[in-house]
Amino acid sequence: MSAASDVSLHETDEELPAWSLPADAVDRIRLDLGWPAEVTREWALGGATGAGVRVCVLDSGVEAGHPLVGDVQEAYAISVDDAGDAIVSDDESGDRCGHGTACAGVIRGLAPECELVSVRILGEGYKGSGRVLLAGLRWAIEQGYEVINMSLSTTKRDFAELLHELADTAYFRRTVLVASAHNMPVESYPWRFSSVISVGSHEEPDPFVYYYNPEPPVEFFARGLEVDVAWLDGSTLRCTGNSFATPHVSGLCALILSKHPRLPPFQLKSVLALTSNNVGPTP
Amino acid sequence: MSNDRFQTAVAAGVLAGDELHRSLLTSIVETARAIFSAKASSIFLLDEDADELVFEAVAGEGSENLIGRRFPSDTGIAGWVLATRQPLVLEDVGGDPRFGREAAESTGYVPKGMMAVPLLYEDTALGVLSVLDRPKDTRFTLAEMDLLGRFANQAAIGLDLLLRARRARTALDGADEELQRLARLGRNLDALPSERRGPALRLLGALEEIIRP
Repeated sequence: MSAASDVSLHETDEELPAWSLPADAVDRIRLDLGWPAEVTREWALGGATGAGVRVCVLDSGVEAGHPLVGDVQEAYAISVDDAGDAIVSDDESGDRCGHGTACAGVIRGLAPECELVSVRILGEGYKGSGRVLLAGLRWAIEQGYEVINMSLSTTKRDFAELLHELADTAYFRRTVLVASAHNMPVESYPWRFSSVISVGSHEEPDPFVYYYNPEPPVEFFARGLEVDVAWLDGSTLRCTGNSFATPHVSGLCALILSKHPRLPPFQLKSVLALTSNNVGPTP
Repeated sequence: MSNDRFQTAVAAGVLAGDELHRSLLTSIVETARAIFSAKASSIFLLDEDADELVFEAVAGEGSENLIGRRFPSDTGIAGWVLATRQPLVLEDVGGDPRFGREAAESTGYVPKGMMAVPLLYEDTALGVLSVLDRPKDTRFTLAEMDLLGRFANQAAIGLDLLLRARRARTALDGADEELQRLARLGRNLDALPSERRGPALRLLGALEEIIRP
């Protein structure tokens, strides 16, 4: 269980509202969060493996045992009932498309000892795909996974408000949502929300090169051009798109969180920004 | 009769025919194919009622007899692109035995590489544009990805016009004789040469005066 998973999603049953702090309660919220004078890559993720961090791949499923993926610790399939509530079942059908396997392989490549969780939200036809996405995301947040990789978006305005609420809930529960930016001239979500980490592509081949964008809404750029990724039946493909840049940042988040497990999303985002290749004194 | 239905049906009378819209879409796939020096390009339209993708326009290899073919909406790469709204570029798709291969084989053309981009109009996903087999010796760039997205936007506008015209025609097909006659009137008026248009409009004005409630 993660540290955050004992918190109610709606936070209605807490004894003390979080918006007031009696003088004698200061000790209760004291955090042992070291923050060095200079945040370096070495401090952030040097020697980290991703161990102890659960990364959820919200996608088309993951092919367990692929040479670039290895073991998948948990795999679930999401469908919805008439009320839109999630129906969760163990997923033994692997990957319906290849994309989820690709993301899992990228994450495993960066964070070899992280735990991979596949939550399949595709494969139930197109009609219900928006509701399945929402139900799957809500369920994943309830599980308290430390990182949720969302190489997807929706343009449905009806879903925007709900997605926004879910993104904020995740943020307060210390689940970081890493979401693909859209590189088309349309409004889409959830990548535009400030509570998520949004990712676009750069053109360089190094998986550890990442840039902070001082001109949001896209906040980070990671490797997304001609990436050799895992695909179905043990194969590989050379792929391009923000949806492949996103798992690079998810993998980096897993590394940072395995070394600094108590970092909330806003500090995690700061660490990513401070250790980006374009931040700091010009070499 | 609701005002909406009336307007839709009359619009159907003056809107261009299916052939013209199909020409627009064919032109889009042919241009996409030319821009990316690809072997083929196609547009799939989402049929929401059937939850299927339908080949709407095809250019290049394997294009014979494809129009109208249908596949489940969550088939392969096109299904993923549609559901996630994210464009993808894949090289050597042949390495993936389940990448809509069955669908691809039934078309007689199995691609080695594929660019697929969702066709989004306002907040609706209308379908998928795919560009197959770019030249292997050219390196892909993010600028091309951007171009693909912009191009898809234009295709989506064309597709939306086509869908609106189809809906209007459906409304008209189910309309009564009076409404069909009005729609014919609108279509014929639109087709009149300019020298006959003035008198026809004056006559219509007089008719409007007579039947004003």
